[in-house]
Amino acid sequence: MTQQFYVSPEQLMKDRADFARKGIARGRSVVVLTCRDGIAFVAENPSPSLHKLGEIYDRIGFAAVGKYNEFESLRQAGVRYADVRGYSYAREDVSARGLASVYAQSLGSVFTAEGKPFEVELAVAEVGREPYSDHLYRLTYDGSIADESNYVVMGGQAEIVNDSLARTWSPDTPFSEAIQIAVRALSATRQAPESAPAPDTEPAPGTELLGAGLLEVAVLDRDPLSTRGTVRAFRRIGTVELDRLLSSAEGD
Amino acid sequence: MAAAAGSSFSEHLSRHHPELLPSARRLGTAPAGSASAAAPQATTIVSLTYAGGVLMAGDRRATMGNMIASRHIRKVFPADTYSVLGIAGTAGLALDMIRLFQVELEHYEKIEGTPMSLDGKSNRLAAMVRQNLPLALQGLAVIPLFAGYDTERHTGRMFSYDVTGGRYEEYEHHSVGSGSVFARGALKKLWRPGLDQDEAVRIAVESLYDAADDDSATGGPDMVRQLWPVVYVVNSAGIREIPERELHQLAEELVTRRSIAGREA
Repeated sequence: MTQQFYVSPEQLMKDRADFARKGIARGRSVVVLTCRDGIAFVAENPSPSLHKLGEIYDRIGFAAVGKYNEFESLRQAGVRYADVRGYSYAREDVSARGLASVYAQSLGSVFTAEGKPFEVELAVAEVGREPYSDHLYRLTYDGSIADESNYVVMGGQAEIVNDSLARTWSPDTPFSEAIQIAVRALSATRQAPESAPAPDTEPAPGTELLGAGLLEVAVLDRDPLSTRGTVRAFRRIGTVELDRLLSSAEGD
Repeated sequence: MAAAAGSSFSEHLSRHHPELLPSARRLGTAPAGSASAAAPQATTIVSLTYAGGVLMAGDRRATMGNMIASRHIRKVFPADTYSVLGIAGTAGLALDMIRLFQVELEHYEKIEGTPMSLDGKSNRLAAMVRQNLPLALQGLAVIPLFAGYDTERHTGRMFSYDVTGGRYEEYEHHSVGSGSVFARGALKKLWRPGLDQDEAVRIAVESLYDAADDDSATGGPDMVRQLWPVVYVVNSAGIREIPERELHQLAEELVTRRSIAGREA
C-alpha cells in the first residue's frame, strides 16, 4: 500500500508556481506598449504562422508567452467569448476588462484544480479613442490580474527588456518609433549573455537588432474607421513593412 | 472555457447558446401564410458583375401587407472585406441572419488566422438558409443574394439561394425579391460585358427604378426624404459603399432623362 504524504497547501502552490514560472521563462519575450497612434505588440517569434499575438475583437488585442497549445486555446476561447457577447448584446459591450476577468477565473481554476497549471502569461489590451483611455491587463498563470499602464513585458528575461523600456518608452511616439523602441528593448536580451548585463549601456543601434524575420508585430489603430474604413483596429505588420520600418531607424 | 471547438460561430452557438440562433425560433402551429402578412417583408435586391468586380444594390422599402412598414430599411450589408450580402423576404429574420453571417465570417478569420474562401462563405450561408426551412414553410422565407470578389480567381462572383438552402452561382446579373422580375428585365437590356464601375452603379440604380415603377412593394428614389438605394461595390481593393451624394445625382439624372422623354415607360 502506498503511503500518502501530507503536503501543505503553501508547498503545493509554491511547487505549481515554480513549475509554471520555469515553463514561461524558457520562452522568448513579448512587449505590449501604448503610444500616440495606438497600442503596439512586438514579439520575438521566428515562426510566421504560429502567432503569439492575436485579434480578439474590434479594439481588443491579445499577446501571450509560454506553451503554444495552452495560450492558443485561451485565445480561441477569448474570441468565442467576445463574439458571443458582441452578438447577443452590442459590439460596444465587449470590453478588455470583462475578457480579462474571464481569463483570470479560467487560469485561477486551472491553477488550483487541474493536474498542472497553464504555463502561460497573457496580456489583453484595449485601445481607446485617447491615450488615457487605453487599457492593458497582465494575467499570470495563477489567475492574478494586474492593470498595467504604459507597457507590459512578458516571458523569459523580462527584466532586461523592462530596464530598457523604462529608459526609452515615451507616450507620444508614432507606431514606427514605438516599434523601434520595443525591438531595441527585445534585442537587449540577445547581447546580455556575452557582454554581461550592463543595464545603462544602450545597445548600439543597428548592430545586434533583431531582424524582421525573427519578429512578429501587430498594432491596434486608435482610429481605424477614418484611416482604414473598418471598426477592427487590429492589424498585423508584415515582414516587408516591418523591414522598411526598422531600416528607416538605422538610417536616422 | 477551454473546451476545444471548431471555427464556426453558428455551430458554437447551437451547442452552447441555442436560444441566440435566429433559426431556433418556432412558430408552433400557426397556419401557413398568416405570418408573412404580420411581419415586414424586405423587397428588391439586384446584383451585377462589371470589369474587375461585382456590385449589389437594394431599395429602401419594407412592406407589411398593403402598408409600407419602413422607408429607410437597409437590405444590403457588407459581409466582410470582400463580400456583400443582400436579403429579400421576412425582414426581421433576414437582418438576424445577416448579423449572424457577419460574425460567422469574422469569427472564422480570427480563429483560423486567414479569411474564408468565397466558395466557403457561400456554403456557410447556404447552411444558414437551410436551417430556416421550417419557418420558410410557414411563410417566413428569407432569400439572400450573395456576391463577392474571389481573391483566388481575381473576379467578382454572385450566388443565389432557394429556401431549402440550394445554392446557385449566377453570371452577369441577378435579382431577388418582389420586384426582381422587372429589375431583371431592365438588367437584361442594360447590362453588357466589360462595364466600368460607374456605368454599373448607374445601371443598378436604373433597374431598381424600373422595379419600383411596376412593383408597389419596391421603393423608388425618394426626393422628398432624400432616400436613395444602398449600393456596394466589391473589387480587388475590397468593399466600398457608394456615397449618397453620387446616388442622389444619378437618381436625379435618371428622373430628368425619363421626364424629358415623356413616355409611358
